[in-house]
Amino acid sequence: LIPAIVVFLYLAAVLYIGIFAFRRARGKEEAEDYFLASRSLGPFVFLFSLFGTNMTAFAILGSSGHAFNNGIVTFGLMASSSGLVIPLTIFLIGTRVWALGKKYGFMTPVQMFRDRWECSHIGTVIFVVQAVLLVPYIIIGIMGGGTTLYTISNGLVPFWFGGAIVALVVMSYVFFGGMRGTAWVNTFQTVLFLCFGAIALIVIGVGMGGFRSAATAIQASPMASLLTRERISPYYFFSYTFIPLSAIAFPHILIFCLTARKMAQFKKTVIFYPICILAIWLPCVFLGVMANRVTDVPEIRAKQEARRVLATQGKNMEPEKRDELREQSAGDDVIMLLLHRYAPLWLAGLLGAGIMAAVMASDSQILALSTMFTEDVFAFYGGKARFGEHVQVQTGRIFIILITIFAYAVALRAPETIFELAIQYAFSGYASLSPLLVAALFWKGSTKWGALAVTLWTALTVIAVAILQAVVPAPAPGPATVLWAPGGVEMLSRTPGGTAVFGFMPVVPMVIVSALLMIVVSLVTQKPRETTLAKYFGGRK
Amino acid sequence: VRKILLVVAVVVLYVLHQDIWFWRSSYLVFGFIPIGLFYQGMFSVAAALLMWLLVTYAWPSHLEQEVEETKSREDLAR
Repeated sequence: LIPAIVVFLYLAAVLYIGIFAFRRARGKEEAEDYFLASRSLGPFVFLFSLFGTNMTAFAILGSSGHAFNNGIVTFGLMASSSGLVIPLTIFLIGTRVWALGKKYGFMTPVQMFRDRWECSHIGTVIFVVQAVLLVPYIIIGIMGGGTTLYTISNGLVPFWFGGAIVALVVMSYVFFGGMRGTAWVNTFQTVLFLCFGAIALIVIGVGMGGFRSAATAIQASPMASLLTRERISPYYFFSYTFIPLSAIAFPHILIFCLTARKMAQFKKTVIFYPICILAIWLPCVFLGVMANRVTDVPEIRAKQEARRVLATQGKNMEPEKRDELREQSAGDDVIMLLLHRYAPLWLAGLLGAGIMAAVMASDSQILALSTMFTEDVFAFYGGKARFGEHVQVQTGRIFIILITIFAYAVALRAPETIFELAIQYAFSGYASLSPLLVAALFWKGSTKWGALAVTLWTALTVIAVAILQAVVPAPAPGPATVLWAPGGVEMLSRTPGGTAVFGFMPVVPMVIVSALLMIVVSLVTQKPRETTLAKYFGGRK
Repeated sequence: VRKILLVVAVVVLYVLHQDIWFWRSSYLVFGFIPIGLFYQGMFSVAAALLMWLLVTYAWPSHLEQEVEETKSREDLAR
């Protein structure tokens, strides 16, 4: 019970920070203050809150769970590729969006697209696709909160109740504190979960009697492949480098880029981003792999047994049975189990709070959705002009309540693991939308019809992949099920982890075709007026 | 030339990320860190160094100037 109490104290602390931010902003009922903290965040808060915003439940729970079943490849797949691609996109795109926001007052990406390409309803289509893709991210936070509280309290706090508490706390501080509250809470959370990795590594390492013997034992066992990348194909590994393109296309990240007081604040963020990723992901991935050597935790043994049965007998099983085993072998709670086993009670509580910090990163997504709704729909279609800015802010707050309730309801029913749900829909979809930003900022010749083609392509492919994976059951671990092989070339396959196109993850063709559509459609359609282009490119050819 | 070198550095680092040479090796660095994980950890440090180079030698300071100019014009108009 002690760890659960520590976590509840932590939840009270973040709630207080949100309310403190609300008090600080008292009297200001301007949209720019509530949704963007008056574009006034300093360098420290900007770095940590931007990083924290991008770290969701899977940074700790999903990464260690994925590493538990797939090995060290998890770090190269998601962490180190993100450490290169994300700061690079912040450097190239984030700074430019910040400057345009300062010059023209944009508060959302769609506002910029509407102005850049002289479009209105196409902007609304982009808003809808962005909003739909953002919701899974919010659901992840609530699911992670439910799982964490359930595990920390040893089953005393049921999943539905834990998820409800997390949803309520996040909703409250976003509701009251707006961007300022969210940024402060994110900063606090990031500091916490950066400490988490190092402390967890030391405590569990000492508890296990040092990692040297555990690593050597794994090396000598049939699980040695967990220390290599054998379980993942090079095509799949390469495909994953496309996923971090999604980060800058996520509205909450782009909106966050608008909150910096000065452009110089991007410098520290760009430089330290890979180091922050290293600090949080490396210990989690390492611990996830080492968990395979823990023999005295029945839950971990049950997961390994489910994985073994799936690998050896999966081919002859019904798809439902395979899914059941897959769920049993999922390692999302493995790091919590390690803490339970090796950390003293009070420390397990503190570390649990660190995990909660990562899990609760859905605050920025909720706020971003609210900002987008009030700016791109409510204000754009005349609500702000008719009812005023005060009503706009209140509308944003009501939206926060509604979206949280919706996400909570879905989280209670969603059967997928945290990791899969995020990757399959939100990340691939946003990566596919990234050519919108590149075209808007770097190519004068891009048009609104090109933007529409990219958006519709993204929506259609995400739906197609979701339907395919719902209709065709995942095969057992091993060779993929080939669905379409014209001329003997394996074009479309159903893999144990998802779908493959020519052996690559769907995100690769999604991004490439998206970029091609932008180019081809823009070349044959009318460009915006010269006066509009001059706003974005000045005298540049 | 400086910008071209930086672009080349980004491409080289991207290629180095693929790291096919340690794909099947389970060698333990310092007796406990798998070589593949150690390599990718060092890759993250290299990425941070590359970002420092980009910020130092290719910072888009013209954007800041444009913002300042726009702000000054608005202040004058008021």
